[in-house]
Amino acid sequence: MEIRPILSTLRRHKLTASLLTLQVALTCAIVCNTVFVTSLRMARMNLPSGLAESELVMIDSTDLASGANPLVRHQEDLAALRDIPGVKSAAAVDALPFSGNDWSNGIQTKPNEPPQLSASAFNGTPEELETLGLHLIAGRSFLPDEYIPEDSAHGYTGIDHVSATIVTRSLAKQLFPGENAVGKIIYVGAGPTTIVGIVDHLLRPSLNQPDSVERSMLFPMLPDSNDVTYVLRTAPQDREQLLKTASDVLKKLDANRVLQNAQTFTQLRNHYFQRDRTMIGLLLASMLGLLFVTALGITGLANFWVQQRHRSIGIRRAIGATRGDILRYFQTENFLIVTFGVLLGVILAVGLNLLLMKHYELPRLPLYYLPIGAVALWLLGQLAVLAPALRAAAVPPVEATRSV
Amino acid sequence: MFGYYLNLALYSLKRSPVLTGLMVLAIGLGIGASMTMITVLHVMSDDPLPGRSTQLYYPRIDPQPLGRGDTNPHSGDNLTWPDAQNLLRANRAERQAAMSAGSAAVYPVSGDGQPFFVPGHYVTADFFPMFDVPFRAGGGWTREQDQQRARVVVLGADLKRKLFGDAPVLGRTVHLKDADFSVIGVLGAWHPQPKFYADLDHGAFDKDDQFFLPLQTALDLSLAFRGQLSCWGSGGDSRKGPDCTWLQFWVQLATPAKAQAYRQFLDDYWRQQQDHGRFPRPVDARLYDLMSWLAYKGVVPGDVRMQLWLALGFLLVCMINIVALLLAKFLRRSGEISVRRAMGARRRDIFVQLGIESALIGMAGGALGLLVAELGLWSVRQRPDAYAHLAQMDAPMLFGTLALAIVASVLAGLLPAWRACRVPPALQLKTQ
Repeated sequence: MEIRPILSTLRRHKLTASLLTLQVALTCAIVCNTVFVTSLRMARMNLPSGLAESELVMIDSTDLASGANPLVRHQEDLAALRDIPGVKSAAAVDALPFSGNDWSNGIQTKPNEPPQLSASAFNGTPEELETLGLHLIAGRSFLPDEYIPEDSAHGYTGIDHVSATIVTRSLAKQLFPGENAVGKIIYVGAGPTTIVGIVDHLLRPSLNQPDSVERSMLFPMLPDSNDVTYVLRTAPQDREQLLKTASDVLKKLDANRVLQNAQTFTQLRNHYFQRDRTMIGLLLASMLGLLFVTALGITGLANFWVQQRHRSIGIRRAIGATRGDILRYFQTENFLIVTFGVLLGVILAVGLNLLLMKHYELPRLPLYYLPIGAVALWLLGQLAVLAPALRAAAVPPVEATRSV
Repeated sequence: MFGYYLNLALYSLKRSPVLTGLMVLAIGLGIGASMTMITVLHVMSDDPLPGRSTQLYYPRIDPQPLGRGDTNPHSGDNLTWPDAQNLLRANRAERQAAMSAGSAAVYPVSGDGQPFFVPGHYVTADFFPMFDVPFRAGGGWTREQDQQRARVVVLGADLKRKLFGDAPVLGRTVHLKDADFSVIGVLGAWHPQPKFYADLDHGAFDKDDQFFLPLQTALDLSLAFRGQLSCWGSGGDSRKGPDCTWLQFWVQLATPAKAQAYRQFLDDYWRQQQDHGRFPRPVDARLYDLMSWLAYKGVVPGDVRMQLWLALGFLLVCMINIVALLLAKFLRRSGEISVRRAMGARRRDIFVQLGIESALIGMAGGALGLLVAELGLWSVRQRPDAYAHLAQMDAPMLFGTLALAIVASVLAGLLPAWRACRVPPALQLKTQ
């Protein structure tokens, strides 16, 4: 296909052609960055929590009687819950990923020094690791004699006496870079605490700080306030049924309590990321709208050019051009315009990304987005120009003999 | 002349319905998408207390040890109990109040039926007059009652209706957790959004509080608190200790001069505490007015702003699209324009005529854009997010949308109209 006649035609429509080029360029820049932002959000939404998410359900229980001993109450409740058919394991805990209840403590690696960083505490009964499905990658689980009460009645001072902790891989790396953290001593409360094990993943209760979502540590401390969360592990298909049964069992055992937030872990995660999903929806809708408008623009202009050149198309056909020649002419013309647009668009995309990086702490746009964006716009352009180009190809040679 | 141009424009638009449709669609989508985002941002960043907000300030004094919380710039935003007590006692502002979120089991008045949890706030006396909280009945409590740990409660309108129906409630008793409280006030309609006075790190667009109790009473009865409790050091009763931040604090200062004086007072307080071995960080007391506090706390997340820019980019692309299409459309009519010019129409007449045509497209596009935006906002409202139900267009936004659409399309029509009216008539007519 001869390109020179196309170029010279475009030169005669310099303004219109460059507007179309600019539109393609901006579309390319915006779409690349939108897809990038969306993918970052999706990555955040899909962070592994470290838990056996599809097998967990939980219920918050608040005991209203103030005289009862919460430790005894929790044991009775757990025993009754474990008796429900289908329950693989049950634990009482005070925090879960995405639950929002965050108890963070400063950690020192040497006594009497300012804390280096703070991490979220997860406390629970001895079945916690097994029930949550946490994956221990080094060290050991807690020993039965390491368990002490949180002592919530006196400001959670259990933290001053607890002797062992299990940390996430990420926290271990931050505390002791390049070293084996198992066996190391840290200071969280008043006394020394030994790291006895490391788990693969455990997300914090809230992900407010994007650079430290896995600063979590488990303590062998028994929840002993009137508020507690019971976590049950079961087969995925039994979850809904189990929630109902478990609520009934707890109510029957002691009616003087309030049960709240009976839900599966999947629901908890979905709830936590609701806003992100709204935003992704809005972003994707705008992006599709943008692509649609750009396609409309291309179709509209191509249509117009076909009408305008009706006679010259007829002349070309009359002197021997085939339908295919005409079709390819318009396709090539579109390809050229989109190519100019994409070249400019790649520069704009990087520029827009730099601007967003400066103002919104966005990471750098990975370079592979650019060729993908380019190909997408080429395809879009070809698709948009197809109908007008076919119409042009259908112009009969006799058109050449007709006057305007 | 205007009527004639309008007729011409309508005729021309009807002549190429597909192209007209495309332009209307393009501007409609662009306007719709950007107005949806602008409205969401607008409702999220609105002033929660218009009229009063300029007098409200949040003092930030950070008692944490050095090196702590460096990864989280907001871990020093709350106050400790002793510092809040000291600021209350100093009484340097016209009004001041300490507060924290809480929740409590509320028992139905009739005695049977299950207790249920509702969100509430534990506050000190000045809370109500300072925030100009409207009361339907009764009122708040006094500073003396704060000190006496009075068992009094102010109910939100919803909880009042749930417990008592339409009956008068002042002086009646409500059972919360394990204590009785005497109802001394019922709120009128009060829905500040965002809930600026709460711990903003934990849901700025939360449900309305349904009860208010004196802070000291809540501490005495160990009611359940909500929000961040951030501690260092150890030992002691953590909520009352000097090493745990968890309280929000607001002051009312009528003039900037008073605000300046209060900031000075905070600096002095910091130094004075340093003499007692507290506040190891370099003196850096801050005093945020309400709107800057919201900005500082990032109530409107950066990503919503970013999306606004992307939506405006979308609008820009739509405008370029329309410029290109209008250009094509107008230049195609060079012959007709040349005839009009040859018959005596001035360039300005042509320009106005084409401008009216662009404005017509803009109006149609604006109407479509309103529909698209309403659809977008409707879909946002279907989301269960806390702020989603706020996503509604008010009258200024409505007119803003139409104005934006018309301005955008007239702007988009300027260049094509200018090009079209510069077509040399003689040349065009000759080639015909």
